[in-house]
Amino acid sequence: MKRRYRHLSAGAVSVALGAALWHVVRVRPTPSVSVASLVADALPASGVSHNVTAVLLNFRSYDTLLEVAVLLAAAVVALALRDEPSARSPAHVMYVALDAFVWRLAPLLVLVAAYLLWAGSTRPGGAFQAGSVLAGAAVLLRLSGLKVTAVDHRLASRGAMTFGLVMFLCVAIGTLLAGQALLEYPAKWAGALILLIEAALTISIGVVLYSLFDNAPQARVSDRESERQRER
Amino acid sequence: MSADRLYAYVGAVLVALALYAFLVHTHVLRRLLAFNVMGGGTFLILVGLAQDGRGPDPVPQALVLTGIVVAVSATALAIILLRRWFATSQTTSLPEDGSS
Amino acid sequence: MIHLAFDGLLGLVLVATAAGAMFSRDLFRGVVLFVVFGLLMALAWTRLQAPDLALAEAAIGAGLTGALLLDAIGHLRRRRRSEPDDSSVSPDTSA
Repeated sequence: MKRRYRHLSAGAVSVALGAALWHVVRVRPTPSVSVASLVADALPASGVSHNVTAVLLNFRSYDTLLEVAVLLAAAVVALALRDEPSARSPAHVMYVALDAFVWRLAPLLVLVAAYLLWAGSTRPGGAFQAGSVLAGAAVLLRLSGLKVTAVDHRLASRGAMTFGLVMFLCVAIGTLLAGQALLEYPAKWAGALILLIEAALTISIGVVLYSLFDNAPQARVSDRESERQRER
Repeated sequence: MSADRLYAYVGAVLVALALYAFLVHTHVLRRLLAFNVMGGGTFLILVGLAQDGRGPDPVPQALVLTGIVVAVSATALAIILLRRWFATSQTTSLPEDGSS
Repeated sequence: MIHLAFDGLLGLVLVATAAGAMFSRDLFRGVVLFVVFGLLMALAWTRLQAPDLALAEAAIGAGLTGALLLDAIGHLRRRRRSEPDDSSVSPDTSA
């Protein structure tokens, strides 16, 4: 009875929301200003020639700065909740084909990430895509039982996590000290500064996303050990 | 009808469906799936509606790009909290008000 | 015309995979369908002329989120199997 009530009320609420959204999509009023053309007009001054990158790291870079801070906050909470490091050493089981495949694929993925980062200033790509490919490569290594030692190192991984935000803040403070508005890059340096921030962001996003995966509580290591002991 | 508006409609349907799933399920992982689908629907509405009849618009696209990254970090954080909760309570759903 | 037909079909399949991901009885199947949903979203972004979003969605929505969710399922199941004598373990809430 209670369950049916729950389903009915949930259905009513979601049908109402769906109808409201449907109506909004149907009657959308035409906005008077086209932000797309504003971006197109200002694009030559942004330092990059790809419009999404220009919005992310120049016109609305303040939003991106705060987003990186959000990512870092998530990573800090994950660190606070993780298990003792001693309980998390992955047992590496040897699979010849898997290991050979992963060893060849991982460097290629790093190369793809570097290309995406580089491509971001002129065509689709950029720090977020590159960072997530990097994190994906690390997760692949981790899942196939290989150790990602660079990330296991405490100081190095924390440094890498904060690197993007620190770099971003340095540039922000630098622009203020130079007498500009916050994150208003000087025209001559805009392209270089954006690439610098993006490179730092790529590393940070990659390490943060990987650590969010890696720091999840792992009961399975002890399980695996107990299974192995049972087999013995 | 332009393709952009069509995807905005799809987004509206996805949001409604996901809200229903979110309210009905108690398993936290299922709620997370619903949360992610709802996010995807919202992104489709954002981009589809802004681009309807006027070509690609980089501003909503940049917004959604940050949204995707924040959504995955929120999901990862929720999974970590779920594992902690599971380790202490041995259940995969949260206690609800008024029912025990 | 052919484009509109493709968009309509993609929209239908998006809704269908999302519904399958959220309402399937087996949680594992739900997560697999969610990964499929992520890949189809990437396709939708290319149709919306947003290649940046397509790249991000393919890497994150399908790749990373899928790995996270599958890892979590494996964790929850293995935990449960390793403690079969614990009667307080709730059954896998299906539906």
